[in-house]
Amino acid sequence: MTVAQFLVLGALLFSIGVYGVLARRNAVLVLLSIELMLAAVNVNLVALGAYLQDGVAAGQIFALFVITVAAAEVGIGLAIVLLIFRNRASANVDELDLMRW
Amino acid sequence: MQFTEWIGDARNIVFLVVAALMTGMAMVVVTTRNVVRAVLALALTLAGSAVLFLMLGAEFVAWTVILVSIGAVVVLFLFGIMITRAPTGRDPAGLDHARRWPAALVALAVFAVTAWASVVAFGDAPIAEGVVRAGRLGELLLTRYVVPFEVVSFVLLAALIGGIVLARKDQGP
Repeated sequence: MTVAQFLVLGALLFSIGVYGVLARRNAVLVLLSIELMLAAVNVNLVALGAYLQDGVAAGQIFALFVITVAAAEVGIGLAIVLLIFRNRASANVDELDLMRW
Repeated sequence: MQFTEWIGDARNIVFLVVAALMTGMAMVVVTTRNVVRAVLALALTLAGSAVLFLMLGAEFVAWTVILVSIGAVVVLFLFGIMITRAPTGRDPAGLDHARRWPAALVALAVFAVTAWASVVAFGDAPIAEGVVRAGRLGELLLTRYVVPFEVVSFVLLAALIGGIVLARKDQGP
């Protein structure tokens, strides 16, 4: 196993997530694509940690932190989507122009 | 390294199978018209990443992904879909933007640059063997990484309270 194969897979998953964020209209699906990008980053972090073999397991610890922050982000993000849906009866990101000047 | 030599390693065959599964499921996540199917495909993608973590000797991270991401986050998404009445039927036109080609172009550019950079930087440097046990990870979390650990637990607490406050019905005057 080489490092590059994991990094290329991570890049592939990340770019699929980028496509999803840009192409999806529904806010829940945008959050799903963000989750995909975070999973790709986790693959990269753990692969680089296994490559470096540093004594403090930095790659895996960072992956754990990313998982935690992703869970927090999903909780907050879904609550915000829920609130927007309740107020505007729509969860499409291109109809949310409240903060457009 | 020759491709025949590379594919001769059984672990690389496992890697190829898992990578193909993850890529296919990720494509389903971003292209399907059925929202529930997208969430289930995301669960399979995360399961594939857990298999990769096991291959890389990261046991605890693998089980954490299964517990937290597949167990909690996916269920949370399903609840979000049910509550926001995101179109779950087969049809709905309004799930994607009309112009997908610019998005695909940007994604392709991101992939080309990052994949090229990682191949150039690492070549065929091998991954060293070695498993980090959960006990070792716990020791590290409570000694060297104790401050970030406490901070991230505080972030999680704040996010949970914020989620509850945002999502509950107003009962004020």
